[in-house]
Parts: sequence; structure tokens; C-alpha cells
Amino acid sequence: MDFAFTPEEEAFRKEVREFVDREFPPKWREHALDFFSNAGGPYDEQWSLHRAMAKKLGAKGWLSLAWPKEYGGRNSMLLQHILAEELSYYRFPGLDPFGVGMLAPMLLKSGNEEQKKRHLPGIAKGETMWCEFLSERDAGSDLASLQTRAVEDGDYFVINGQKCWTTAAHRADWGFIIARTDPEAVPNYRGLSFFLLDMKTPGISIIPIANMAGESEFNEVFFDNVRVPKENLVGGKNRGWFVVMGVLDFERSCIPAYGIARRNLDDALEYARKTKPIASALRNRLAELIVECEITRLVHYRAIWMLDKGLIPNYEAAMTKVYGLEVNQRVTATVCQVLGHYGVLTEGSKWAPLDGQAPSRYLRSIGNTLEAGSSEVDRIVIAQRGLGLPR
Amino acid sequence: MDFSLTEEQEMLRKAARDFLATECPKKLVREMAKDERGYPLELWQKLSEVGWLGLIIPEEYGGSGASFFDLVVLLEEMGRACLPGPFFSTVVLGGVTILETGSDEQKQELLPKLAQGKLLLTLALTEPSARYSADGIQTKAVQENGSFLIQGTKLFVPDAHVSDYLICAARTKETGIPEEGVTLFLVDAKSPGINCTLLETVVGDKQCEVTFDNVKVPRQNILGKLNEGWSVLEKVLEKATVAQCAEMVGGAKQVLEMTVDYAKQRVVFGHPIGSFEAIQFNCADMLIDIDGCSFITYEAAWRLSEGLPATQEVAMAKAWASEKFRRVATISHQIHGAIGFCEDHDLPLYFKRAKTWEVNFGDANFHLDKIATMAGI
Ligand SMILES: Cc1cc2nc3c(=O)[nH]c(=O)nc-3n(C[C@H](O)[C@H](O)[C@H](O)COP(=O)(O)OP(=O)(O)OC[C@H]3O[C@@H](n4cnc5c(N)ncnc54)[C@H](O)[C@@H]3O)c2cc1C
Repeated sequence: MDFAFTPEEEAFRKEVREFVDREFPPKWREHALDFFSNAGGPYDEQWSLHRAMAKKLGAKGWLSLAWPKEYGGRNSMLLQHILAEELSYYRFPGLDPFGVGMLAPMLLKSGNEEQKKRHLPGIAKGETMWCEFLSERDAGSDLASLQTRAVEDGDYFVINGQKCWTTAAHRADWGFIIARTDPEAVPNYRGLSFFLLDMKTPGISIIPIANMAGESEFNEVFFDNVRVPKENLVGGKNRGWFVVMGVLDFERSCIPAYGIARRNLDDALEYARKTKPIASALRNRLAELIVECEITRLVHYRAIWMLDKGLIPNYEAAMTKVYGLEVNQRVTATVCQVLGHYGVLTEGSKWAPLDGQAPSRYLRSIGNTLEAGSSEVDRIVIAQRGLGLPR
Repeated sequence: MDFSLTEEQEMLRKAARDFLATECPKKLVREMAKDERGYPLELWQKLSEVGWLGLIIPEEYGGSGASFFDLVVLLEEMGRACLPGPFFSTVVLGGVTILETGSDEQKQELLPKLAQGKLLLTLALTEPSARYSADGIQTKAVQENGSFLIQGTKLFVPDAHVSDYLICAARTKETGIPEEGVTLFLVDAKSPGINCTLLETVVGDKQCEVTFDNVKVPRQNILGKLNEGWSVLEKVLEKATVAQCAEMVGGAKQVLEMTVDYAKQRVVFGHPIGSFEAIQFNCADMLIDIDGCSFITYEAAWRLSEGLPATQEVAMAKAWASEKFRRVATISHQIHGAIGFCEDHDLPLYFKRAKTWEVNFGDANFHLDKIATMAGI
């Protein structure tokens, strides 16, 4: 075993930090949104910054680090992960988890040459932002029961129905969508197909939904005779489920939980150092969370290491997600507790510590154990696929 | 980064698992809990023959010169098997201390014998205060005519009843700063004035009370430098702590395997209980705990092996293993139902070890306190 980074990897991390230091506009630095809000695009001005920074990251070649050399990458999931870890730690915008973290690796695995040629460059340059249309109001954990239809019509598939909880749909240029192409299929997951969807296609209407932190990151989206050219079908008709399973594995291993959680924890530690003495129970709790963050980091690097070896982390990806985001949920709650009474003051109050962000991060963290598949589903994956327990 | 074992380590792991499967059945583990000595002499000789007593001893002193990480791989298997006997006290507590601080002469004298299975050692560190910090060392050693006289009581000393030498930490100078003035003595266990009593323990492992009543130790039996023993002990304790975590990781892995096997095969309401979600969630949590404990233990072991600072990682590993092995064992009992509650079931062997190993070298609270202090809070 070896827990060290190579000198090149260390140098890369340093380069990322210098980049962040140089490029982060001071105004935003102080009011930085975290990884989730950066990706969700709740505010116009913030989204413009997200896009501008994505282009800068693209220009450095940092949005395709994990790709094979022939597609302009450096063949290193580890470098991509180091980037995500650093950016999320500094709450730096510009990294699109849907395009960079999920769609690109999926296309490299299951897309055809034309699809790769057409869609990878926009992701690599930071020009195309993506969103993910999987869930519906009545199909979340039981995704295979989804009702949105896609019907063949000449050179097109025509999509009708509605998706829900689609993060950044109101911002994205493209989306990937799973829809039912065979309503008779038994079992039902054998009747699903996976498409790439230009968000400018007529017939798409989007209604943002404010989450409980008061931010509009996700949306309800309606499809009314939306025509998708057949070349945008990925993985073959009625084979969409297998594509989605891959997307989910990538999704679970692309959320940089350590960077997110450790930064939140560091805010609390810094505050606690200034306001000593703190209650011994809280001191213990903070120490526990330091350990939990380190374990989050290690469990995640295990999955990344597997990806670089050409293995697909499966229960390992689910563990990365469920553990890391549950840790973040515990961290955000503890941050508020460290602030005590001040932990209820929000942005705008002159008394609010930490820019008044602690309560909104705490509220937002309730979504952490639902998004990208709920914690319960992750535990089922670990139990059944990791430990081989019967279904 | 690399999350895999080397080929040699994989071989060592497999060899250890096979060896222990035949040489250390649970029947033996149970017998040894009641046995006065606590281990069969033949088993000790075999451990020497396969080269594991001298695993981390350099070749020049008759060992195989393997790394500390290799030892961790081996200890994980020993934890899995609940191996009884003085391996930990002799190889880790004794061997590591001598490697860290012994003079060349002392190493020449002691290490080859240790590797051959002809010398048993232990560390007499903790006292009735049961503290692993420097202020726990109250036993005194005073100089008299080129010798030292040791006076005090050591408690929770593993395997002292069979050890040839006790490495005793005693206070040789009072400066008001607990870390100063501690000296390590190599004490012949047969010296007049030593009295050793076995403690009654949960596991039936052999922990002792050792009293030193003006025990005379020649000056040349000092290990390392006079008054400077604590910094050596810190290093030894870091390794011992991680070694303990390795046993815990091994024990926890074995418990999970037993649990999953049982959950697949036990049928209730017409279904294997492993198909019930409540059971699956519990098993998933066990695996999360175990993977977390393994990686943090391996990280700490790797840092120690590479000679990197590891204080924080060691504390993290023990804080975590202490809580999680206990939790894993508790959940496993729930999943096993009443059958696992029987004294002659294997599961209690692990539950009891989880309790014992939790407190060795500091429990979770002890290490969390260290972590908080390091974080400046
Ligand atoms: C912040 C946020 C962002 C999101 N972004 C997107 C997005 O961009 N694109 C997208 O497609 N979706 C998105 N989602 C939707 C997300 O994937 C779903 O919320 C998730 O899959 C759960 O589905 P559900 O909300 O319908 O809950 P349900 O499936 O109804 O589940 C309700 C509860 O029942 C539990 N449950 C369900 N099945 C089982 C079972 N078999 N055993 C035990 N417990 C079970 C669940 O774990 C949960 O606790 C987002 C969600 C959130 C909160």
C-alpha cells in the first residue's frame, strides 16, 4: 500500500491552489457557495461566474484529466479527483459534475465515436453545461418504474412526460434523459432508453422549485412532443438501464465529499479556536468529525484508485457517496452547534458569523442523503453487491 | 496511491490464514483462556519456525527484516484467529522497544533469541492509574552503588507471568514535567522483589499485576538513555497502538464474514434473514465501519513503516477501531439471535476482545482528546 502522492500529483495540487488563489474574484471568495450550490445555479450572477470559471478550467485542460490520451486527456482519474477535492474545498465554481463527472466517463464507456466527437469537446472546454433527467415525481428510488415516454418516429424519438428534481435544468445547455421506449417490457427496466437532449429543442418547459434552504437549484420539467434525433440515442434502444447504472456509479464516486465536508469542518474549528473554551462534548464531537473526514478521504481514494486501474467501483462508489455525504450532513449540523445561538443567524445579519452561511448549509445538507440515490439505496447496493446478501 | 498489498504481503496473509486455521482452532482459544500459561509451547516453537517471531527483526540479528506494515498484515490475521499467547507482548511491545532503543550489544544478545522463540518479553508500563500518558508513570527507580532499585506497582502488564524480561518504565528524576525523567529498564523477571499475579479478565488473556519491591537492576540494563525513556515510549506506543488496531480490523472482518454467512443461511418467515432490509442495512454499516477502520489503520501503519510522522493518524485509527469493532460485534450479536448469545458460540470470543482491545493503549475518548488538542481546540 502507498498513501503518498507522486511529486507530479503534489505539483498539480499546488498548481490548482495557485489557480484558485489567482482567479477567485475577492467578492465571491467571501460569499462563496459550496459545491452543491455552484452546480445548481440558484443565482444569475453566480451562474455567470460558474460558466466563466468552467472555461478557464477548460483552457487549462483540467476538465478532461481523466480521459484517455487520444481524447485529449491525461488518463488520470486521480488528477481529476485532486482537482475536484481542491475546488470543492475552496468552494470555487466551474466544475460541472453532470458533464465532467458523469456524462463524459459514460460516453467514453458506452457512447459511439460520433457521440464522443460531438459532445466531449464542449465538456473539455467548459462550454457545455449538462443536467440529468432521471427522477420523476413517482419514480425516484424505484427509477425503473418511470413513465416518461419516447416513441420512434422516422429519424426521431418523440418524448412526452415529466421529470422532476432536475438540478440546473434551468441553466444547462444539454441534458441526458432516460425514457420508456417499450411499455410492455418485463421486467420494466428492459424497456428504457437513454438519450442526449439539446435543451433548446422545442417543447421543453421548466419550472424551478425552491429547496428548503430557499434556493432554486432543482426543477420540474415538462416534455411536450420533444423530438430527439436518433443519433442521440446512447447504448441502443431499450438498453438505457445499463447506461444509467454506469452513470450512477460515476455519479456516486464524483461528489468530492471530503473537500466539501472538511472545509465546513475547518470553518467550525477556526471559530472554536477563537471562542475557547468550548464544551467538552462538542470538542469530542469535532475530533470525531476530523476522523470521519479522513475516512471519507480514504474511502474515496480507494474508489478513484480502482477507476485508474480500469475497475468499476460499485459498492465502493456507493460507500464513497453514502459515507461522505452523511459525514457532511453531520458536519453541517455540528458547525451550527459550535456557533450556538449564532447558528440561527443567516446571511445579511450583522451578527451572523461565517457570513451567515452555516444555517443554509445545514438545511441544504438534508438533500445530501437523497440526491444521487438515497442512503438507503446505497446501503442496499453495499449489502447486495458488496456482501452478496440475497435480494 | 496504491490500495493493494504487495505480492509478498498477499502470500504472508494467506500463509498466516492457513497456518492459524490448523494451528489455532477456536477450541484451543477457549482452552487457553483457562490455561495458566495461556498458550501451547509447541505453537510458540512453530511460530518461530515459520519466521514470524523474527518478522521485523533485521537479518543481522537473526530475523527476516520485514517492514512494520508486513507485521500489521500478520497481526490482522492473528486478530481474526484470536491467537492466544505472548506474540503481541514479545514481538511488538518487547521487540519494537529493543529495536527502537537497544544498544547494538543488547540487540545482539536479545533479538536472535527472540526470533528463535527462546525469549519472551513484555512492557511493564501502565500502573493502577491505568493511564498511557507520561504522568501515569509513578514507579520509581533510585540509584545505589551503580545499580538502580525499582519500587512500584505495574498493572495490566500482558504476559508478565511467562516473560523472561520485563521492560519497566520508571521515574528516575522528578522535574515536575511528566515527560522528563522516565527511564526504561530491562529487568530479569526472576529478580528478587518481583511479584507477579494474574488478573481475572473478560477474555482470559494473561494480564498481570507486577509489584517491584526494591528490585535491583544493574546500570547496563538501561535501555536507551537515562531519563529519556518517554520519547522512546511514544514511538513504541504509536506502533503498538497501530498493531492493536490491526488485530481489531482482523477481528471485525471475521465477525462480518460470520454474520453474512449466517444471514444467508438462517431462514425465518420463509426467507433468509439476509434478504430483510433491516439486516442488510446493518451489514452495510458494518462494512462501512470496517473499510473505514482498515484504511485509517493502513494509512497509519504505512506512515510508521515509511518513518513519516504519524501521531495524528495513529490517534485516528485507535479512536475509530475502539468504537467500531465494538459496534460491529454488537450488531453481529443482534443478527445472530439467541444462538450467538451462548457462551460456546464463537461470537462472544470477538465481543470480549472488542471490549479488551478497546481500552488497550487508550480508548476512543483518550485519542479523540489528543486529536482535538492537535487541532488546537
Ligand atoms: C438536492 C437534490 C437534487 C437532485 N437532483 C437530481 C437531478 O439532478 N436529477 C435527477 O434525476 N434527480 C435528482 N434528484 C432526485 C433524487 O435522485 C431522488 O430524490 C432520489 O432518488 C430519491 O427519490 P424520491 O425523492 O422519489 O424518494 P423515494 O424514492 O420516494 O424514497 C422515499 C424514502 O423511501 C426510501 N426508500 C425507497 N425505496 C426503499 C427501499 N427499497 N428500501 C428502503 N427504503 C427505501 C428512500 O431511501 C427514502 O428515504 C435530486 C434530489 C435532491 C434532494
